[in-house]
Amino acid sequence: MIKYLKLHDDKCVGCMTCTATCSRLYAKVDDPAKSRIQVLPAGSGRFHLVACDQECRKCVAECPVQAITVNSQGVVMINKNLCVGCLACVAVCPIDAMRFFPAEPVPFKCVACGACVKTCPKDALEIAEKADSPQSREYLELAAAVQQGGRK
Amino acid sequence: MSKTFSKNDFKLISETKLGTRPIHRGYAMRTLYVNVGTREVKDKPVSEAMKKHFVGGKGFGLRLLWDGTKASTKWNDPENEIVIAMGPVCGNTNYPGSGKSLVVSLSPMTGVPIDSNVGGYFGPYLKFGGWDALELQGKSDREVIVYIDSNEGLVQLYEAPADIEQDTHLLAEQLTHAFAKDEKDLQSVAVVSAGRGADHSPMGLLNFSLYDKRRQGVRVKQAGRGGIGTVLRDKKIRAVVGRFAGVSQNLNDAADPAAVQRVGLKLHREIIVNDDKQCKMRRQGTAHLMEVMNDYDLLPTKNHKYGQDPRGPEIASWVWEKLFSQKLPDGCWFGCTMACAHAVDHFELKTGPYKGTKVCVDGPEYETAAGVGSNLYVYDPHGILELNFYCDTYGIDTISFGTMTGFLMECWEHGILNKERTDGIDLSWGNWEGAAQILHDMADGKRFGVLAGKGVKFLAEYFAKEYGADAQFMKDIALHGKGLEQSEYISKESLAQQGGYYLTNKGPQHDEAWLIFMDMVNNRIPTFENKAEALHYFPMFRTWFGLQGLCKLPWNDVEPADNAKWPEPNKVPEHVANYRELYTAITGEPLDWDGLIRMSEKVYNFQRVFNVRQGGGHRKDDYPPYRAMGPVLEDEYVAREERYDKQMKEKIGIDPAGKSVAEKVKITREFRLKQYDSLIDAVFKRRGWTSDGCPTPEHLKELEIDFPEVLAVVNDRIAGKA
Repeated sequence: MIKYLKLHDDKCVGCMTCTATCSRLYAKVDDPAKSRIQVLPAGSGRFHLVACDQECRKCVAECPVQAITVNSQGVVMINKNLCVGCLACVAVCPIDAMRFFPAEPVPFKCVACGACVKTCPKDALEIAEKADSPQSREYLELAAAVQQGGRK
Repeated sequence: MSKTFSKNDFKLISETKLGTRPIHRGYAMRTLYVNVGTREVKDKPVSEAMKKHFVGGKGFGLRLLWDGTKASTKWNDPENEIVIAMGPVCGNTNYPGSGKSLVVSLSPMTGVPIDSNVGGYFGPYLKFGGWDALELQGKSDREVIVYIDSNEGLVQLYEAPADIEQDTHLLAEQLTHAFAKDEKDLQSVAVVSAGRGADHSPMGLLNFSLYDKRRQGVRVKQAGRGGIGTVLRDKKIRAVVGRFAGVSQNLNDAADPAAVQRVGLKLHREIIVNDDKQCKMRRQGTAHLMEVMNDYDLLPTKNHKYGQDPRGPEIASWVWEKLFSQKLPDGCWFGCTMACAHAVDHFELKTGPYKGTKVCVDGPEYETAAGVGSNLYVYDPHGILELNFYCDTYGIDTISFGTMTGFLMECWEHGILNKERTDGIDLSWGNWEGAAQILHDMADGKRFGVLAGKGVKFLAEYFAKEYGADAQFMKDIALHGKGLEQSEYISKESLAQQGGYYLTNKGPQHDEAWLIFMDMVNNRIPTFENKAEALHYFPMFRTWFGLQGLCKLPWNDVEPADNAKWPEPNKVPEHVANYRELYTAITGEPLDWDGLIRMSEKVYNFQRVFNVRQGGGHRKDDYPPYRAMGPVLEDEYVAREERYDKQMKEKIGIDPAGKSVAEKVKITREFRLKQYDSLIDAVFKRRGWTSDGCPTPEHLKELEIDFPEVLAVVNDRIAGKA
């Protein structure tokens, strides 16, 4: 199963409570540029919410040092100690959910912690689960296919 | 399965604590000196003048080598050095292609300095310990392992045990495990090694390892050209091992780290979006060129006799794409999203000492697939992979080996070689098992491979003398310059590329200039002056990568989508702007386009003077063998008769009608030789050199490298004293 932050654009009013909650929790400041969730104006008073869907895992496959892995709940996590800050993950993310802040060494992303869900006044966010998909398993299969096991 | 070692199993010879030093704006401002003969280990400061004139990487390498050797130094003298140097930009993790080491030494093949660039983790790890370069000098009386711990600031020399493996795929694995603190530390260890082939042939290479977490094994990239692996083995260095744990985003201490991220991310995105539509480096690596070259009659076939064959598609890019493991971050340094260092996994070997074992083959790259493939008329991908693997693990340069074996096979075709002379090896075109046997001989140091491995310059003279082969024919088809085998593009139809190969400091390689398309296909540089300008600009521009510790592939193997709209798109102006921005972001120094070229020009001219000092650097050293310039044989002419006849009529102004093929070959030859002479004149003039190829004192002064020891060398040459 994959735990993820389910986004309801139709309910979002753009109040930015989620970004404030997120950036205060993880970066100790209220700054949308440091929030793991983004609220993007979509025109006509509408908003588009962006956060990692935890499923595509292109970043997991791309990371040269395997600093990005998937935890037991199916959430994509970055190990700050292993990360070399190359930002390849930022480049491959198809929805710009992998973010970085200029001159800070490690990128960041939504880990489906649910803090923003609790503070959203409009129920636009929820923690949900979905089944694994062929895409979500691909990174494992790619690595398994090349393991040299016993070569040593 | 090989024996497992821990580093405690190795006998410690010496230990020197020099401490670590943080990098400041790309530089550590010190270099590491290790003499494996006297066991002296020390640090040397880097002066501001050194930084100003030689920049880093290859520039530092050449300066240190110059100072460490004399005019009389031969490649196998103890004072010859192997210098591994990185450059200020090297080691950043943001801009693709930023992990190159530049290796410099007096070459066993040419006698003059060679420089070879290589990926893998060793260079950046060394740098992070606070070293701008490593000098290895001296000759050990026993087999040694040099260990540099960049976290501890420690240099140790160990005696290599007699039962340690010698071929890289096993040795690098053993040493990686021996020096890693634990399983998690394996990626922190990088090994530089050669192999048994390098013990017996001047075309030995250095393998630079990278531990691949996904494969759970060691992979290697090669400093291939010019025989530096042979120098390593001559010094009795079994391996150089580096260790650094804790790579992070800004170990270069960039002046503007956000700018490094911004420009790096811009290129990452460009690669992710454009690569599939352009070169497919992420899927095929440089092997994407195979069918392109075959289509344009540029893919070496049968010792560069032809550039095309109907069988070409059998080793085309799509064949390699299927064999390469896909969708893996196969970069040779962290953060390279171009990720062209592909590999074939679980490949079962069919010959040699490791027959029947399954291995990971690093490659093939284009040069290898062409050199040991089409050039030998080998169109069996399995054969190419086998030769690729054994060249690497034995520490043999695939390019020199491919060109050398092509020469041998042509000699076989002409009856100059036979089974008595090859110790039973059949060298018919396409027989890759025969080629593999030469390699195994080279590794064993026995039989025909030992003779073959001496390289085409030696062989051409030897076959003429010992086997009565036609000396001129041998000279014509032995594809080398200064003793270095030519790399794998057909240069016959592009005068500019003949210059690109042979008007070079280190011999014919593909590092300095690649002008075939610009010249032959697109006809953008029609006059001698145009060609001379290109043969000034591109070698200088490309030299700059080697000063910085950069790979040149991300420069033009991906392009901005609108590149063609810019003036001079072949220079990829937006990427040049990226490089200037990257350099400034890291070093804090401003850099304009002219300044970039000037940086290279200093080092390029210094290298030329170095050649002069070692007795080379004459005009006569810069001529290609005729095979690289035009059709040597009548059937070679006939195969492209329409083209050559047309040229005769239009370019030479002679009507080919009624002339015999022999006459036409002769006329073409005379014309092309004259053309090349005119090209040399134009290029030397543009580069500020005398007509004999020596930089003038005025030019050196203008470049501010008119140091007394440099001027003394050129003054002696110009006065005819050297």
